[in-house]
Amino acid sequence: MCLAVPGQIVDIREDRGTRMATIDFDGIRKEICLAYLPDVDVGDYAIVHVGFAISKIDEASALETLAMFKELGVLDEELGASIDDDGDHDAIGEQVSP
Amino acid sequence: MIGHGGGGKLSAELIENVFLPAFDTSPEAELHDSAMLDVRAADRLAFSTDSYVVRPLFFPGGCIGDLAINGTVNDIAMRGAQPIALSAGFILEEGLPMNVLGRIAEEMGAAARRAGVRVVTGDTKVVDAGLADGLYVNTAGVGIIPEGVDIRPSRARPGDVVIVSGPIGQHGIAVMSQREGLEFGTEILTDSAPLNGLVGAMLDASTDLHVLRDPTRGGVAASLCEIADAAHLGIEFEETRLPVPPEVAAACSFLGLDAISIANEGTLVAIVPPHVVDEVMAAMHGHEFGREACIIGRVVEEHPGVVVARTAFGASRVVDLPLGEQLPRIC
Amino acid sequence: MKYLDEFNDPVVARQLFAEIERITTRPWAIMEVCGGQTHSIIRNGIDQLLPDDIHLIHGPGCPVCVTPVGMLDKALDIASQPGVIFCSFGDMLRVPGTSRDLFQVKSEGGDVRVVYSPLDAVKLAEDHPDREVVFFAIGFETTAPANAMAVHQARQRGLTNFSVLVSHVLVPPAIEAIVSSPTNRVDGFLAAGHVCSIMGTRQYGPLVEQHGVPIVVTGFEPLDVLEGIRRVVAQLEVGTAELENAYSRVVTEAGNVAAQQMVEDVFEVCDRQWRGIGEIPLSGWRLSPRYADFDAEARFHVATMDSPESSRCRSGEVLQGLIKPHECEAFGTECTPRRPLGATMVSGEGACAAYHQYRRLDVTADPVPVTLSGVGGG
Repeated sequence: MCLAVPGQIVDIREDRGTRMATIDFDGIRKEICLAYLPDVDVGDYAIVHVGFAISKIDEASALETLAMFKELGVLDEELGASIDDDGDHDAIGEQVSP
Repeated sequence: MIGHGGGGKLSAELIENVFLPAFDTSPEAELHDSAMLDVRAADRLAFSTDSYVVRPLFFPGGCIGDLAINGTVNDIAMRGAQPIALSAGFILEEGLPMNVLGRIAEEMGAAARRAGVRVVTGDTKVVDAGLADGLYVNTAGVGIIPEGVDIRPSRARPGDVVIVSGPIGQHGIAVMSQREGLEFGTEILTDSAPLNGLVGAMLDASTDLHVLRDPTRGGVAASLCEIADAAHLGIEFEETRLPVPPEVAAACSFLGLDAISIANEGTLVAIVPPHVVDEVMAAMHGHEFGREACIIGRVVEEHPGVVVARTAFGASRVVDLPLGEQLPRIC
Repeated sequence: MKYLDEFNDPVVARQLFAEIERITTRPWAIMEVCGGQTHSIIRNGIDQLLPDDIHLIHGPGCPVCVTPVGMLDKALDIASQPGVIFCSFGDMLRVPGTSRDLFQVKSEGGDVRVVYSPLDAVKLAEDHPDREVVFFAIGFETTAPANAMAVHQARQRGLTNFSVLVSHVLVPPAIEAIVSSPTNRVDGFLAAGHVCSIMGTRQYGPLVEQHGVPIVVTGFEPLDVLEGIRRVVAQLEVGTAELENAYSRVVTEAGNVAAQQMVEDVFEVCDRQWRGIGEIPLSGWRLSPRYADFDAEARFHVATMDSPESSRCRSGEVLQGLIKPHECEAFGTECTPRRPLGATMVSGEGACAAYHQYRRLDVTADPVPVTLSGVGGG
């Protein structure tokens, strides 16, 4: 449920009292209702579900999450975790080295 | 506007003013109830028919007209045959603007010329307003299968290589974009194209092609499932090797669709024995419609009749025959 | 795509799989409620690559599939009426009612239209003042604000030919019902990230406290799902039961206040029947009396229509992980993806539908390696 896709706000305007935006999804553009995000600006990223922007994407949070994943990778290497241990995890290519 | 014909004057006018000029038939040509084809050189013929009911009639990069020509040309080409003649039957809705019909006929003529084939016979019927959704068209075609060429699903063998001739998902997304009111910063155009030239080039490289299929409705997924089923063999491919253009990928994310289940009109799937792969790929890369050809997988003995995709994460999933029209989802 | 590709990185995924493997010391059953997460799991084969000790139970997370048969029959009845333009999200078109689906109604001449956004239905009503336009307003809390806006706009614009058939379902009561069941096997939950982007995370605190189960608010991309699973396992292994937010780039504790306000105005809580499961009290939203004039059930006199659920369907037990799909007598015979009886077979990602696909491989979890080495060209 809740297929929602991230896109960037390119343009904002009013349509008979409803705040609308043009949002860009990697080259595709669509008219999206922005009524539920009164504080976002052109250039911000938002999650879009059924033609509505429902949440702004917090860039700092996103970077933090990705950084944490990176740390995990380092941690794994230090702990010697290898995903080829029980053969179930057929890797595409290189192993995680101990 | 198209009025109700009844054979007679209106039909004759349509033929003379719209169809003959569009289809390059010289005014001196003897119009007859049927066209005559000389097939004395042929040992085996490929024969195909398809009806086209696509909505909208015009979409980015094409229209129902070129679809109707390319579709039948391609079905014949999937037997390894070059088309020698096509027929076109129209069912027109009363009230259809004449210039719409004219434009479609012109596009058909142009498509036929590109494919190196002619429409040599046809028919027109007009139905009441409210039927035929504007226009329906059927095309049928005949082609000669060259000697030594035997292309059908049951020729697939374990170890055969699965090739896709180019980017996938464009046609379905182009049509859907019109319906869903999506605008594309870079427009996604249909890939509608005649593939007989590409097939000819591939056969020049080697006549030992096992299977050819054009993945229209249901996309590459449907074609692979049908082939696996008919050949009683398994097919495996790597998802990361599928050539999906970024705009198609973005549209698929947005609409909740899978590019492998989306219709193509100018792309083919080929299954060839390993010993001819290099030559065939070189021939494809040298052709206008095969520049981005790539290998995506193999035919295997395991799981006969089932198509398995290996995901970017290294897991395997069964690819099922897509159930009908691909609809955007929220879930 | 930005904010998508980074969370699909296979290299990082392998690290997350490795980490989950490293910390898992015994069997755990984890349920993701949201169909979007189920889709991500099955599409990417995540369940195959997790350690055998981790059992993923796919919850009733698809509002499309849990829409009760009775509601479908009401939709079919309305859509078949002359002059009606029946608008729906694409997913609903193939969901069967008692004897047919919207796709069939469409092919029989009913004016059934797929819309991407509820506002498209409002526009249709404006463009066709002579027709009755009905919108099938289904979904979780994620979709409710959009559906509510459609009703709000219709009122603002004075449209008298627009109405909605409402069948919203709510996540927290579903989790409550599952975890309270005496036969519950679920140890921890992945909460639906986009539902929480609207409603915030506060509703899940009481569930965590009362039932002592870890709940992690989780996103939808493969790395998000893996991170959610990792955090649930990490808690289970040390015996904690806390609410965590692993989707902080989209979800805040308070949620989307503007959306909540609109939803509170347009909808009110009600009991709701979940297909294949039964009634879960206070688990749905219906149109509030303030907007009764937009209620399609009243306008088309289908309010009292009732249809029995299939007595053969054991979706509820599958959803709780009590039986495997193939242990149901109807599986593969009476009940198939083409002719489903209940929620878990209706959706492509439902546990039964997924099983139906995988069964054909006659393998368990071992992926069949695809090697392309030694192939020339490409």
